[in-house]
Order: sequence, then C-alpha cells, then structure tokens
Amino acid sequence: MQWHFSPETGCPFWLEWQQRAGWDPRTEVQSYADLHKFGGFQDEWLRGGPVRRWVPKGYQGRPVSVFETGGSTGVPKSRVNIDDFRIDYEQFSRTLPDAYFPKGADWLEIGPSGPRRLRLAIEHLAQHRGGICFMVDLDPRWVIKLIKMGEMTMVEAYKRHVIDQALTLLKAHPNIQCLFTTPKLLEALCERVSLKKMGITGVFCGGTEMTPQFHRFAVEELMEGAYFAPTYGNTLMGLAAHKEPEPEDDWAIIYYPPAPRAGIEVVDPTDGSRIVEYGETGRVRLTTLTKEFFMPQFLERDEAERERPCVKYPWDGVRNVRPFSGFATSVVEGVY
Amino acid sequence: MVHLPILRWGVPYKSVDIATVPDFRTRAPYAALSQANIGLIRRDLRRQADARARLTAIPVAELVRLAGEAAEHFLHATLPLDSLSGTTQTPQDYVAQVSATTGMPWANVRRNMAKVHGVLSQVEEVIAGLTRGLDLSVMDSGVSRTDGRMLSFFPRTDALGVVLPSNSPGVHSLWAPATVLKMPLVLKPGSAEPWTPYRMIQAWLHAGLPHDVFCYYPTDHAGGHEILRQCGRGMVFGDVASTKRWQSDPRVEVHGPGYSKVIIGPDMADDWEAHLDLIVESIASNGGRSCVNASSVWVTRHGDRIAEALGERIARVVPRAADDPDAVLAPFADPAVPTRVSAMIDAELNAIGPDGPTGRPARDVTAAYRGASRVAEHAGGTYLLPTIVRCDRSHSLANREFLFPYASVVEVDAADLPSCLGPTLVATVITADRAFAERFVASPHVDRLNLGAISTTKIGWDQPHEGNLFEHLYARRAIQRLA
Repeated sequence: MQWHFSPETGCPFWLEWQQRAGWDPRTEVQSYADLHKFGGFQDEWLRGGPVRRWVPKGYQGRPVSVFETGGSTGVPKSRVNIDDFRIDYEQFSRTLPDAYFPKGADWLEIGPSGPRRLRLAIEHLAQHRGGICFMVDLDPRWVIKLIKMGEMTMVEAYKRHVIDQALTLLKAHPNIQCLFTTPKLLEALCERVSLKKMGITGVFCGGTEMTPQFHRFAVEELMEGAYFAPTYGNTLMGLAAHKEPEPEDDWAIIYYPPAPRAGIEVVDPTDGSRIVEYGETGRVRLTTLTKEFFMPQFLERDEAERERPCVKYPWDGVRNVRPFSGFATSVVEGVY
Repeated sequence: MVHLPILRWGVPYKSVDIATVPDFRTRAPYAALSQANIGLIRRDLRRQADARARLTAIPVAELVRLAGEAAEHFLHATLPLDSLSGTTQTPQDYVAQVSATTGMPWANVRRNMAKVHGVLSQVEEVIAGLTRGLDLSVMDSGVSRTDGRMLSFFPRTDALGVVLPSNSPGVHSLWAPATVLKMPLVLKPGSAEPWTPYRMIQAWLHAGLPHDVFCYYPTDHAGGHEILRQCGRGMVFGDVASTKRWQSDPRVEVHGPGYSKVIIGPDMADDWEAHLDLIVESIASNGGRSCVNASSVWVTRHGDRIAEALGERIARVVPRAADDPDAVLAPFADPAVPTRVSAMIDAELNAIGPDGPTGRPARDVTAAYRGASRVAEHAGGTYLLPTIVRCDRSHSLANREFLFPYASVVEVDAADLPSCLGPTLVATVITADRAFAERFVASPHVDRLNLGAISTTKIGWDQPHEGNLFEHLYARRAIQRLA
C-alpha cells in the first residue's frame, strides 16, 4: 500500500483513484482481508489508454512492455510490465522437474505471441533454464473470428499451417526437448507426430480451459512418457503452478497461485463477500500484489472449486478452472 | 446408477467426464454417460481405414446372416451394458430405460424395437430397395452384372458418422443397414436416448461381428460436429437450427423436420369420414414424435368439419401410465418445454397470416374437447395434449412440426396442390383421380409418396426415403474389362 499510494512511487491511476475515493489505503488497509475496501477491480479500467497511467513513478525511466489480454472484439485489456513476467516465470521455473525439462535444453513455443505476455515469457523461461526458444506464432483473434463466421475449414487449414511450421522446427533442431503449447495445438501436433520420436520430454501447456478428461487423455495417450505440466494464468495475475496429479484427484487439475505475489479466491457468484467452502464451486477472483501492478479482487470470467492448501503450496488453490457458467453467452475459446 | 461407457472401436472406456441423464419423472440422475473429448475422437478416427478393412474381409452373405442374429439378440437377449462393471441389460430393462429417460410409453418403445428388429432381420430386402435389386455380391467384389451390363461401385468413405436424436428409437433403422454395407459406424447418441444405438452394437457383437467396427461416443455438440468432420460420410438428425451448418455439405445427409402430410383429393373430399382413423394414426402414432408423423392435413372441401371431427377424435388420446399398453403420448423429459411450446402456439393462433386483412386467425379446434389447457400433468410427467389447428394456408401454423401429436387442417383449391405444400417427407394422397395423383408423382418436394389410404407412418422396407444410404456410401464408376 505504501508503494502504490505514495506520491513518490505510486502510479497515476491509483493516486488519482485515491483522491476521488477520499480515503488512504496506506493507513486503512492493514491486511489482505481489508482489500475488499476497494470494492473490486473493474475490468474496464484496463481497456484503453493512456497506458502510462499504470506505470509506477518508482519505475520511471525503466523500459516498459505492454501485454494484452482478450481483444477478440473491442479494446483489449492492457497491463504494463517491467520485470514481473521475468520474476513470475523464474519462480515458475522452480516447479518444473529438471529430469523432464532439462537445463540447457531448447524449447519450442507453439501459440499466441504478438501482444501477449507469452511472446517474452516463454523465451525468458527457456533462457533462464539455459535454453534457446524457437517460436511458431498463432493469432487467436483470427481463429475466434473464423469460428464465429463458421469457417471451420479455414480453422483447420490455419491449425495445419501452424503445426506444419512446428514440425519443421522439431525435425530441424534435435536439441528441442521442451514444449509450450495450448491444449488444442498439442492434440493437433500429436495427431501428426510422436512426441517421443521427436525427443520431447516435457510439455508445458496452458492458454485455455483444460478438463480433467483432457488431462487424463494428454497424460495417457499424448505424452508417451513426457511430463505434462498444465498451467493456469494470465497477463493480469501471473502464472499458477499445478499440483502433481495423485490417484485420489481423479485427474482434476489443481492450481496454486504464485503467493504472495498473487492470490486466487473462489467466491459466491451471488455474494462476492463470501469465500466459498473448500470443495464448493464459485467464481474465481484474482488479486495481484506486485510492485509493478496492484489489482485487488478482480472477478475473472472463470469458475472453479476451492481447493485446500497442500504441503508444497500451503495456501488456497483452485480445482478444475472452467468458463463461468453464469454468463448468458458462451465464450468462444477457439483452437489456441 | 447405470453407466454407459464410450466404445473406442469396440473397446469400452470410462471417461473422467460423466454426464448424467435424469429420469423424466423424478428428475433424479438415472444414467451416467462417459463423455468423449474431441481429441480422443480425432485420435480414434485416424483408424477408420483399418476398421473398414476388417468389415470388407467378411463376405456379405455372412454379414446378412449376422444381421439376422443381431436382430434376434436385439429383441430377446440379455446384452452387456457396461462390461467394465459387468452390468447387463434385458429387453425389459431396455424398454424401461428408454422410457425413463425419454418419457416414451413402453408400448411405443416395443413398437420401435420391432422396427429395428425388422430392418435387421429383413436387411436383404432393405438393401435390395436401396440398390434397386443389385446382386448383394457386389459388396464383396465391387463389380456386378445386371442385364448383361457391368456395374462397379466404390466406397465414398471409410466410416459413416451419425449424430443421433433422442426423439424416437425408430430412426435408428435408417443407419442400421450400414454394417451389412461394410461400413464402420461412428455414433454419437442423443443425450436422452443413448440406449438404442448401444444395444444395437451389442446385438451385433453378440452375433459375432468383430468389435472394432463400431465407435460410440456420447459427447457434446462440438464432439458431434467433429465426428461429422472426420468421417467421409455422415448423417445428422435434429431441428432446423442444429442441422443448419450441414445443409450445404454434400458429405452429410441431414434429417430435420419431416413436415409429413395427408392430402384428400377432390374426388374423395366427400368421403373424408372414412379416413379419420388413418389420419389420426398418421398424426398420433408413436406419440407424434417421428418425422413421418403427419403435421398437416390438406383438403379441398369440408375443412371446418374435418378439423372438428379430428379434434374430437384426437382429444380422446390422453396421458396414460408408461406401462399401459394403450399409452400413446410421451411426456417431455424437460418439463419446461411443454409450457414453452404451448405458449408459442397460443401466441401464433391469434396472428394473422401474410395475406393481410384477408387472412384469418387460426383456431385450436381441440380446445373445446380436451378442456382449456394444452399442457397436462399425469403421474409425474408433463405432456402436451394432441392439438388440431384449423387455419389458412398462409398462416404460420399451417406448416409446422412439433414433438407431439399436432396437425393443421388447411383447405385449398385443388389446382394449388401439390405446389403449395412445400418440402414433404411423407405425403399420403387419398385419391383415385389419376391425373391428380400424377401431379404428386411429378413433384420434386415429396420424398415418400403413399398413393391411397396408407398411414404416413407405415414404412415399406424396400422403399428407402430421406436419402438412400447405399448411394450416400457408395458411388458408381464407369468400368470396362478386356474379355
């Protein structure tokens, strides 16, 4: 609170917000529980400019990146970044088993780059682990447009175009042992080639919803012994690591946020002040608490079950994240 | 709760993703269906050619024999339901299960069982109808000789993908001959009626067919679309909206609403009373749930009197217990649907047709005989009661089809028939006037033509309708052979 709401270090957005609100979070917010006083972070605040209003004065003069999320229609949400994506992915790197994601191995990213954080984040992850990252781009906004137009033949053609490029790289660069891709592109890749034959030992997968059945299918039928690391994350929060599956989980995908940099809560969709019980379904609410970005209690477009802490991650997690069923219209998720 | 697994080329697979099907009466979970994810479907369907090779290796005469055995097993045998848990299904279990999830009375289920049995036990006759009498050995050699001329056929696909409905088990007779036509089947069952296609597969396997020529994928709409995309030929059943995307795809045969009709020719107009039983049967048999049920009656005289008489007769069809042998009507699995459909009909009754001031509102003739409400509760089920609407030809209710016994009665000039009818799956034309009948013979809009007092629901096995399965799966090629 001191950093974000001090005139010397805070960003213009929060400093102006503080003036309008008429109270001082530096004195009135004493704990995580007090974050409710902000009344929830509004989605619209991140749409449109000036984007510099989000750069903390404490970071003035530093190189700034801007990453977007959403944007299939209308103005995408933007988040400025200085070091956060590096810190997030370096922390996440510690959760990847070296036996399957060997240090020094090269990576291939098949997925959305462009305005997304992934364009730099996966490359940084690879570099942080001593590897080089090859990339094949995919434009998810175009895919969503094709789906909305009913152009499924073109969707298939585009997917084939992306996978063709990935195969070329995999065949040409034998040191590629680690892969980042999205669930549907992973399926498409495995329809064309054996991961084992291509020398892939670890797959880091994310970007869209994964069901428990997909999780099982991927591990049992696509991986051929490679490690499958599903993730949940976005530009606003960072990256949630998965808990290694155990038989009693019945292939549920369980994520834990990168605390204390970010937290995930599961709240009653009809009463946002109530955190649901463990095992109960609710809407996902994100809070980001880094020095670069303060985002208190942002309601995501997802729902999940609240998960108990575990030994490796002694804080609340989420189970089986999926699009929020309370929306009237479904979200087109596309191939990416 | 019983569980139905996915069958991946015949191999049972229990999914992590389970959908439950409720008992229509109690809404309590009744059956659990393993759901197939799209990646799994795509991965399996890379092996279509292998499956077809398995079937092509079996002589067609043997397949015909196995079809006969499968027909008997379907009707009489206790068959596996979930081999993973050892659950089995007797014929009576099957009847009760279909009834529990669709609301269909036991008597209707049994009639549909007989229909499926009929197509399998008489498959030679069915295929003779499809191929116009070709020697069946053409399925083994690809070449046949008719009247001294060589004929050759080649398969258009390695598997037939079928997205199935939940309305009535009788529709399964349409794809049932595919196995004898040596075509592997990839089936997506209807969400409320997973039972019939599963039992048909089990009957085949019990008869001795190799298991790896069937896929059975309970899945969502996206999974159904994926099946149709991945198979070289497909069939899809559903309403106008759900089948729209496949209308222009020649690989996929679309089975939407039938808009079947009974037409009384001007020469028989004064004898209408003699045909009331036939018309009621055409409208109401099988609970009005088939595309071959008549949804309108077109006459040239006495429209008001015919509508009144039909209204009075059909109002006698009332809800009965599922196990009552006289039960005809089926309640709706979702109890909210009858209220919505009834409200829609009521709203349209008072709408005037596009003819403007000359158009008249429509009238629900049955209302006077059944009481005011079209929606009725009986023994925990919610029903739509049979409805006869008298209206002008331009009225929006003149050419509609609902999932219960519904028909309009429309009076038109004889000169306008059949051009005013629009697409018609089955037309029963009651006439002795040859010239009038010939106009229907020449009509491009009538798929199945019954000339004379034949119910729209009476199906001749040797007369394929709604597309020809053989022509859908095979194409003829030109062939010459050096002697």
